[in-house]
Amino acid sequence: MNALRHHRALTEIWGTPRGWRGTMISVNHSDIGKRFILAAFAFFAIGGVLAMLIRAQLATPDSAFVGPAIYNQLFTMHGSIMMFLFAIPMFEGLALYLLPKMLGSRDMAFPRLSAYGWWCYLFGGTILIAALVLGVAPDGGWFMYTPLSSKIYTPGINADVWLLGITFVEISAMAAAIEICVSILKLRAPGMRLDRMPPFAWYLLITAMMMIVAFPPLILGSILLELERAFDWPFFDPAHGGSPLLWQHLFWLFGHPEVYIIFLPAAGVVSTVLPVMARTQILGYGAIVAALIALAFLSFGLWVHHMFTTGIPHMALGFFSAASALVAVPTALQIFAWIGTLWNGRPELKLPMLYLLGFFLVFVLGGLTGVMLAMVPFDGQAHDSYFVVAHLHYVLVGGFIFPMMAGAYYWLPHFSGRSRVPRLGEAAFWMILVGFNLTFFLMHLTGLLGMPRRIYTYTDDMGWTWLNLLSSVGSFVMAFGFALFALDVGLQIALSRRSRRNPWGAGTLEWAMPIPAPAYNFASQPEVADRDPLSGDPLLALKLARGEGYLAQARHGWRETMAVDSSSGAIDHVVILPGNSRLPIVTAAVTGCFFLSVLMGYYWMALLPVMAVIGLGWRWAWALGSRADVGPMAIGKGQTALVHREAAGGPAWWGSIFLLVADSVLLASLLFGYAFLWVVAPNWPPPQTIDGGLGVAIMTALSGSAAVFLARRSEASGRQGSLGMAGQTAIGAACAHGASAIGLLVIGITALPPPSNHAYAAVAWVLLAYGILHALVALLCAAFVRARIGGGYISARRFREFEITRLFGDYSGMVILIILLCLFMPSIAL
Amino acid sequence: MIVGGCGGPLSTLDTAGPASSDVATLWWVMLSGAAMLTLLVLTLLLLAFSPRNRPFKNGGRLWICWLGVAMPSAVLTALLGYALILGEGSIAEPVPGRVTVEATGHQWYWTFRQPGSNSVIATRGVLHIPVGQPVDVRVGSADVIHSFWVPRLGGKMDAIPGQINILRIQADRSGVFEGQCAEFCGLNHATNRFRVVAHDERDWARFQQEGGR
Ligand code: HEM
Ligand SMILES: [Cu+2]
Ligand SMILES: [Cu+2]
Repeated sequence: MNALRHHRALTEIWGTPRGWRGTMISVNHSDIGKRFILAAFAFFAIGGVLAMLIRAQLATPDSAFVGPAIYNQLFTMHGSIMMFLFAIPMFEGLALYLLPKMLGSRDMAFPRLSAYGWWCYLFGGTILIAALVLGVAPDGGWFMYTPLSSKIYTPGINADVWLLGITFVEISAMAAAIEICVSILKLRAPGMRLDRMPPFAWYLLITAMMMIVAFPPLILGSILLELERAFDWPFFDPAHGGSPLLWQHLFWLFGHPEVYIIFLPAAGVVSTVLPVMARTQILGYGAIVAALIALAFLSFGLWVHHMFTTGIPHMALGFFSAASALVAVPTALQIFAWIGTLWNGRPELKLPMLYLLGFFLVFVLGGLTGVMLAMVPFDGQAHDSYFVVAHLHYVLVGGFIFPMMAGAYYWLPHFSGRSRVPRLGEAAFWMILVGFNLTFFLMHLTGLLGMPRRIYTYTDDMGWTWLNLLSSVGSFVMAFGFALFALDVGLQIALSRRSRRNPWGAGTLEWAMPIPAPAYNFASQPEVADRDPLSGDPLLALKLARGEGYLAQARHGWRETMAVDSSSGAIDHVVILPGNSRLPIVTAAVTGCFFLSVLMGYYWMALLPVMAVIGLGWRWAWALGSRADVGPMAIGKGQTALVHREAAGGPAWWGSIFLLVADSVLLASLLFGYAFLWVVAPNWPPPQTIDGGLGVAIMTALSGSAAVFLARRSEASGRQGSLGMAGQTAIGAACAHGASAIGLLVIGITALPPPSNHAYAAVAWVLLAYGILHALVALLCAAFVRARIGGGYISARRFREFEITRLFGDYSGMVILIILLCLFMPSIAL
Repeated sequence: MIVGGCGGPLSTLDTAGPASSDVATLWWVMLSGAAMLTLLVLTLLLLAFSPRNRPFKNGGRLWICWLGVAMPSAVLTALLGYALILGEGSIAEPVPGRVTVEATGHQWYWTFRQPGSNSVIATRGVLHIPVGQPVDVRVGSADVIHSFWVPRLGGKMDAIPGQINILRIQADRSGVFEGQCAEFCGLNHATNRFRVVAHDERDWARFQQEGGR
């Protein structure tokens, strides 16, 4: 077929309508990725303005520029915006935009989920900024320690804005994490074995897996604190068996991995850009991957180093100190692998390389001060002082912003199709580098001279005056540097001349397409035989455009892309992705209504959007699937494959697995909290524990198990083609799930003290609520299967609904058993 | 030890007690180590850009095994050993002559209680201690989390509602040492300050008699 006609046909299928309607319904990963990047940069600018206000206030002693009430909002919002609304969304955007292109695929695995995540991010961020404008922004610091953030000490809605707004935004982080995992594991070009993936994909795979484990503790913590604030459930109140330290554990269980979650994608950019700048390949690919995996595991064993001064036992101090130091080893390995790569090649001082050099200088210094802080005695002095402020900015700006700016200049031609305006970028670089070091290098000394963080003013006799003044001057130099960067990017997009394809001579697949990229990425999908497909075959782009790869045909209006075996990269099946849809924005808006109702304190009204979300979720799932069998279909090169609905292990199954992993981490964090309070908190054992209810519990456990059993029967009948039987058993399973939900509720009402009575009762009620929620989800899944059978979506070839339902049903049955054990065992044992 | 420009009422480097001077020494050691490592990395980086006839091929073992793993492991092991030994020294083990005081953080002031010769002495904003004797500060809180920090005498210890944490401090000379709440505690965290007055033997006896009046 003629390449241009082919391009038109594919654009028809994959493209986005122009105008507002297109903006609202697009689910294309390039669109969504670019929006994330733009919005994240806007939030960076807002966070940066707040930083400038902070530095203006601190420039002189006894400054009367802002008072403490405003200052507290400034640094809280600065930190929260930079961490949650800038850093994470920025790399999510880059990942959404780049990953499919690098993996030789046409889109992410769950396009509608990306769009939903985007809208949640936008709406949640807007709530936070609105609060800032209205002067009711959070003011408890970015880690919101209780009891300062509890109702008595923060009676206004400031803390609720943080808890609800951030949780809303976290939905998008969880969505992105699941989607990144599944896309990397399944949606690659045929032949791309795991060890042929570009390093960037490895970095993002590890990052996304870390997110799946790291975010649930924070989400749980936010839910618990919001319950305490709204309904007096005393999780963190020592007078009623709670503990302020529980919040700190949950927060840092998330907070420390978070730092690596921010750093690793940027390190992935370094591993991608640096070899190209040195015209060579990365040194020690395997060692780097091993180091990443080590980092991922280690980073979950370090959180206590943020709590060295909370009076934890000496042995624990030693352990966490050693673990924190150990984590420097895989990081050092990467640094030296990069330097070795430079030695192996012929590095050229192009602008991205300049930023990479800045990265080395700044990040190495931040890493070294990190090791210092891991030493317990030193941390006793430096903790919560400006030394830490210096350290964290060296790590975050060095480990994230510098590499990302290298990446920005490296990939800008890909976004814009244009090349750079000369010189402006270099000027911005030097201003940022010099300004940054002037601002933050001095803060190490300011901290050692005793300046605590989060103070709105100081007196002249402290000896910090000149240091602060210079820091403030430096920060304004840096701010001008960033403004110049923005100007440079704007000029490049608007004015500059067109760039040629693959301007850097890179070997990865994102350059095997016309720039700016078409909506479908590849006119046909490549077959990959090595790590740098483009270096091996410079004509690859042309061949793909001519339709010499896989899935060259545009047919039935289907958005087709290849799915492979996750390790060998062998062809597995063809995924037909859902197209543009209004569902994501509508669902996100309704989700927003839920958060707003809770924020305003209309708790009963919040049930309405919950019902609506359930309805929308149903439609979301219903829109997939087909009433007809397709069978093996041609994919080009004389081969055939099944469509995903007829093949096992499709994206939906993998996505459910990762969702359930996140879900079980949430439960594990809750159980950790239960045990932690029991062992550590004051005022235990509780005055009243569970009393009776054992009979109901046994019946609940039985009905949960019956549901699991019935779901299997239903699936077996379905596979054998007796659909009537399958439908009836599915209804039976749904009823059994419903019965367990009721059973759990009955246990709560009859046997448990009210949740505001003691932290014990509060945790027990949350456990029950968790079980009830999952029983209801399983009920809906079983009902969905019944409805799908009725709708004719299920056949002997198409029975994926059963598999997903089984996952959720089994999970529900299992957690109900665990929850009942945790509730009844201690009282039986006592 | 006042090293040029390192003084100041809250300076961790202008030390006046064993705990803080141990940490200051640790700092200077770590600073010199960090400076050397930075120099190493920057030199290696710059050399990569020097014009060479032939790229330095491979060397995976040198970069990854030696520089990437062995070198940092050795440095870290040494540093950890040193810091752990220092840390052992700061454990608040019972020793003869030790004084115990209670410090309570409030929004936004500190109160202290300690045994006097006649009755319990309660003070606000000022903590009195004897020179040259270890003092165990039992740190608690009346409301939110605060942190007890007298940089010239030693590290900090958080004041957490519902629990008591013990911090060992000691002043080697008499004088007034500034203290500062180090954990963000709300509106007036910045000005949540206190003083520690270290008395020589004669003053200390008088303080215990008269309760600081
Ligand atoms: C652009 C230049 C920046 C400047 C001038 C700046 C300045 C500051 C200052 C002075 C503080 C301390 C405020 C206080 O303790 O009273 C602070 C805190 C903080 N900054 Fe930045 N910052 C910048 C960029 C960033 C970036 C890029 C990030 C993260 C990616 C970041 C994350 C944080 C965090 C998490 C805190 C702690 C907030 C808290 O204590 O609750 N900053 N920043
Ligand atoms: Cu950490
Ligand atoms: Cu304070």
